[in-house]
Amino acid sequence: MDFSYTEEQQMLQESVQKFVQKNYEFATRAKIIASENGYSNENWELFAELGWLTVPFCEEDGGFGGSAVDLTVMMDEFGKANLVEPFTPTAILGGGLVSALGEKGQKTELLGPLMEGKLQLACAYAETGSRFNLSNVTTTATVEGDQVRLNGEKINVLNGSNADKLLLVARESGAQTDRNGISIFLVDNDSDGLSIQPYTNVDGKKAAQISFASVSVPLSARLGEAGGALPALEAVIDRATVAVSAEAVGALEALLQKTVEYSKTRKQFGTPIGTFQALQHRMADMFIECQLARSIVIMAAMKLDSTENDVEKSKAVSAAKSRVGKAIEKVGQEAIQIHGGIGMTEELDVGHLFKRVTAIDIQFGNTDYHTARFSSL
Amino acid sequence: MNADFTIEELAFQKEVRTFLDNEFPFEFRTKIDANRRLSKKEIIRWQKILYEKGWAAPTWPVEFGGTGWSQVQRHIFATEMGLIGAPEPVPFGMKMVAPVIMEYGTEEQKNRFLPDILESNVWWCQGYSEPNSGSDLASLKTTAVRDGDEYIVNGAKTWNTYGQYADWIFCLVRTDNTVKKQEGISFLLIDMSSPGITLRPIVLLDGHPEVNEVFFDDVRVPVNNIVGEENKGWTYAKLLLTHERSNIAGVPRGKRRLRGLKRIAADTDDGFGNTMLENPRFKNKLAEVEIQLQALEYSELRTLAALSVGKAPGPESSILKIVGTELAQEMDELFVELAAYSCLPFVPEQFEDGFQGVPLGPGNSAYAALNYFNNRKASIYGGSNEIQRNIICKHVLGL
Repeated sequence: MDFSYTEEQQMLQESVQKFVQKNYEFATRAKIIASENGYSNENWELFAELGWLTVPFCEEDGGFGGSAVDLTVMMDEFGKANLVEPFTPTAILGGGLVSALGEKGQKTELLGPLMEGKLQLACAYAETGSRFNLSNVTTTATVEGDQVRLNGEKINVLNGSNADKLLLVARESGAQTDRNGISIFLVDNDSDGLSIQPYTNVDGKKAAQISFASVSVPLSARLGEAGGALPALEAVIDRATVAVSAEAVGALEALLQKTVEYSKTRKQFGTPIGTFQALQHRMADMFIECQLARSIVIMAAMKLDSTENDVEKSKAVSAAKSRVGKAIEKVGQEAIQIHGGIGMTEELDVGHLFKRVTAIDIQFGNTDYHTARFSSL
Repeated sequence: MNADFTIEELAFQKEVRTFLDNEFPFEFRTKIDANRRLSKKEIIRWQKILYEKGWAAPTWPVEFGGTGWSQVQRHIFATEMGLIGAPEPVPFGMKMVAPVIMEYGTEEQKNRFLPDILESNVWWCQGYSEPNSGSDLASLKTTAVRDGDEYIVNGAKTWNTYGQYADWIFCLVRTDNTVKKQEGISFLLIDMSSPGITLRPIVLLDGHPEVNEVFFDDVRVPVNNIVGEENKGWTYAKLLLTHERSNIAGVPRGKRRLRGLKRIAADTDDGFGNTMLENPRFKNKLAEVEIQLQALEYSELRTLAALSVGKAPGPESSILKIVGTELAQEMDELFVELAAYSCLPFVPEQFEDGFQGVPLGPGNSAYAALNYFNNRKASIYGGSNEIQRNIICKHVLGL
């Protein structure tokens, strides 16, 4: 048994840490968010240069190896820095689907440019009525000769306004929540009938609401078999779920560390507030939450990398997201409370980390959903 | 033992209901239900309607234009207002500075300030907290140095709510540095248009500049703007804090919000064929909140009964503050859970007047996260919940 990082993982971690120290000051991040794209293209090119964009992919696809544990090493550091670049939507979701479902030609066309930093992707799966149920799809795909017509509306499309191509989850057959009948199509961002409403999320990341009004794509834009995309979608979302859970753990540890530091310097009643036992015990509890969250995310990542069956993998993912959600609530709220008024403002990084972890809590299913999924699997 | 209103009290309740049904502007109701902020102009319009009715100041004695209501009548009025979401008077004038002026001010101060507060002609804000004096308020450092007929004020106040709309500020200032910290503080009224005052808006996590930092740079204040005696301000401030804590349980508002949550839940799919109102897990969570709300309501009624027979508000108000704010925060979390993806877009302007774009998210769901972030303040302000627990430890448990 050995929970230490390999040499390669250590190098990956150090490489992210070095980048963050140099390029991700609080003010710099604010400027990136305020920019038109909401992320820095310069940073993105650097990510490609450093090889980070290859981490989610297996060697056959030209990647670094594609282990979930490797991914958590990076995401942990991204979380500490509250990085806004669209790594999850492009590399993990979009790239993950291409890797899982794509034919050789599609992979060559897309994954190469992606890893070189020249292609942005987004995955459009959620709908207003679907909540977290991935098999609940009302967006339709109708085959007409060698074309497919797409109709429907998607919400919460991360990186949707910046993506060159969208991966649209649509129903080709079956009833609204059937597991069969779901396909994924590649849609260019400038297709006729596509209407993209961009916005910034509470955590500073770009997202969009996208409607498809009779959008036409060639049949060759389908990824994988007709109507058979759900298992791959679930597996890719599971991976992304572990990735953002690891990101949350990094962010929560940053919140804890900043709170402890603040309690040592902030004086009230003539003494640092960190000397009050009432606050000390709460910070001890925050620490415990961070440790448990880290442990269960490691467990989930290791299960994903193992030869366990799909059900066991999904259960581990849900266990992790459910438990991390609880830690988010506890650590996030306590960090604000112990900071007091200053934690309530946009002026301190603590509030921004709090908003990010709150968004992660919802993303890919909240605690309630994953607890229920865990018990039903 | 009973929790019934008397026949007279029931008649009063009916009168209040009828009045609110007829007079609370419908467009305000719509706006409040859509989580849009009322403007200063609109709040004043509502205050003037209350003023015409003679109900502008439910907590004031008759001699100053108040209603002279009993504790139970005040409770009934606050409840009915809360249930329809009608805004309470902006507290800084009506509920905070006015009682201090009534109790300790000169006749000249009473005549000068109280009528304008009653009619909402003049808006006040609070100058208590400082960057380095939060929970430990008595350590405040803003100074007022006597110079002939004036004080010269220097320093900074923070967490000043709606200072951008205020005409006057009441401040705690240090007038003696040589004595115990509580004994060198005075209560000073300052015109916000005085030269040397500058405001820096502070944007909170929901994107709204709700609070400010207020800087005083050699601000000259006439000595007759001091309330009561020099260096006795701390005593007056404590009186004010007990007023700040009345109505803090927020039971009627809680009931209204719970109704709102149920309404949105009925319109929200759980993704698996039910609405969120039918979803057994979410239903349980709503029930838990409702039960806690009932426990809080009856705790408040017991406090009210004690007040009605002349007992002073005691440390019980700390229970109401802690439980009221924490229950409100639980509801905030339920709202976020309900809204899910719909509350992730950060588009605060869609809740402002004049928004022209397409609103994101069904119902009011898009408001859930903003509301969750903003209301984390509730366990921090008005004497943080840690301070409230200290009060219970010290004054109730004798620890």
